[in-house]
Amino acid sequence: MLLVKKYLALTYLVTLFFLPEVAKFIPFSKNTTVQIQFEHTVYNDVLKLDTAKYFNAVGQPFSITKFKYYIGNIILQNSNGTSYRHRKYYLINEEDEMSKSITLHDIPASDYTGMSITIGIDSIDNCNGVQSGALDPVHGMFWSWNSGYIFLKLEGTSAECSTPMQFFEYHIGGFTADNNCIRTTSLQFVKPAKLKTKTRLSIILETAVDKILNKPNSIDFSVLPTITDRKNAKLMADNYKDVFTVKELRYEGR
Amino acid sequence: MKAGKVMITISVMAVLNVCAASFVNEHILLPSKKLKLEIPSEFPKPYYLFYNNSISLEKFNLGKKLFYDPILSSDSSTSCASCHHPAEAFADRGHPLSEGVGHRLGIRNTPSLQNLIWKDNLMWDGGINHIEFQPLSPLTNKDEMNENLENLLIKLRRNPEYKAMFKSAFEDTVINSEMTLKSISIFLGLLISANSDYDKYVRKEKSFSQEQQRGLNLFINKCSHCHTPPLFTNNTFELNGLPYACNTLDSGRARITGAPQDYYKFKVPSLRNVSVTSPWMHDGRFNTLESVLDHYADLPSSTTSGNPGLQSIGPISNDDKKDIIEFLKTLTDTVFLQDQRFTMDHELLKKN
Repeated sequence: MLLVKKYLALTYLVTLFFLPEVAKFIPFSKNTTVQIQFEHTVYNDVLKLDTAKYFNAVGQPFSITKFKYYIGNIILQNSNGTSYRHRKYYLINEEDEMSKSITLHDIPASDYTGMSITIGIDSIDNCNGVQSGALDPVHGMFWSWNSGYIFLKLEGTSAECSTPMQFFEYHIGGFTADNNCIRTTSLQFVKPAKLKTKTRLSIILETAVDKILNKPNSIDFSVLPTITDRKNAKLMADNYKDVFTVKELRYEGR
Repeated sequence: MKAGKVMITISVMAVLNVCAASFVNEHILLPSKKLKLEIPSEFPKPYYLFYNNSISLEKFNLGKKLFYDPILSSDSSTSCASCHHPAEAFADRGHPLSEGVGHRLGIRNTPSLQNLIWKDNLMWDGGINHIEFQPLSPLTNKDEMNENLENLLIKLRRNPEYKAMFKSAFEDTVINSEMTLKSISIFLGLLISANSDYDKYVRKEKSFSQEQQRGLNLFINKCSHCHTPPLFTNNTFELNGLPYACNTLDSGRARITGAPQDYYKFKVPSLRNVSVTSPWMHDGRFNTLESVLDHYADLPSSTTSGNPGLQSIGPISNDDKKDIIEFLKTLTDTVFLQDQRFTMDHELLKKN
């Protein structure tokens, strides 16, 4: 019997080893909600597709017709140095109002001092075959001839473009070491965000589309009207690295 | 004691999991005896092992129907099988370049489809990094099927036959991209050719003639640097010594990587079933195997220098060429070429 017990104890240990995740404890809190809302702006004004006319840093006029991007790997940092990580991907699309607000449930209650958010898709998810949901290739954010997700699409028109119909087209992606366009923005909250049970915290993030064209790499429409493969993509990835700012934290249900 | 029982159950589950993981590499049995994945004993471990896409007869039949159905093209004129013929190892005999909707020509020769689960990437330029993404490329290419995924799904969703087949394959009333691409991958992944006379020779079930034996020895010395057995490709991208074709403007692997050293390099094709896949090379410029060998035998040193694969070829006499071709013919797998499970006419496989 003792032998049996020993054997059982051993196999139990082996079992724990082979059951990942289950054994680890993550202190989820019931009834907490974190909502992240994305507000797309151009020079501090709300982005208006098609009709609004803007000027880039080199003084060229332009309009925007399409703006969509993948975000993921949302990390909330709390005051004691630990963090909560949300691994899912979301496709944020200016044309789809619903997509601009994402809701995370049952996040550990804590005082969060900041967050980070990533534009792009991890290399594993670029190479592991077809998926459904946000990563479904049906969303037009996948290169069919050169496997990989398009992380960000920014399209529009400018009189300075030499292309037919004077369009510009920036399709940015790339997950390999030499072509990595995955970029993370780290943000600090002015005051800690206090998430408690039965609370809903809304984080309003501003996505400054003008930055993607101007900082630090100023895009000249007459020189570079299109980026549709991995060449030059990093120019724009460096521009979207710090594209987000925290506009406001809102609480409900306290 | 209750706790003990629970522990036993969990540990048995764990042990079973470990066993299943090691079994799955060698042998995946299907619900029907007519269809199973057998990894040929001489072959290495495949890159694609159908994880997250378990093999079933229903998915295979659905994938096969999609493969043969011109509904995949924008004008319902072109199916995968329009260019990939089973009797030609799913290549396109007689056509240097692939032909898509509106008789539009692509820039490359249709490759054969076999042993795809041993490829770490696909296409002549290696642009596709996973077999499940592969169908998207011809589907959306303007010179091939010229369709988009969204539109294809609309067509499939309103087709009663597909509705029924998706339902039985995935036990769901939904039809989506993941299901569509995964079922095609099941069909493609099970196209395995490993039953040629060469394989029988290796398994000591058959002996070679003097010419075939001499051809094999020559092949090993001159060609196997790139066309490495048992898959007869080293799965890399190499210069093939051909001058740049002005009509196709094809930069090869560099189209994907943009790297200067990748210009005009192409994926080394497997030579299995090579004698039924004329014409040859990435742009189908040679109509006979003799002319392919003439090309490789005659490379100027300016082309071969610094390229170990091309350098290892050296001179090839006319007798050598004849014997090498005799050997290449032993790579024809008639069982595979005539396999009724893979042809359109065969009634969809039924469960035993």
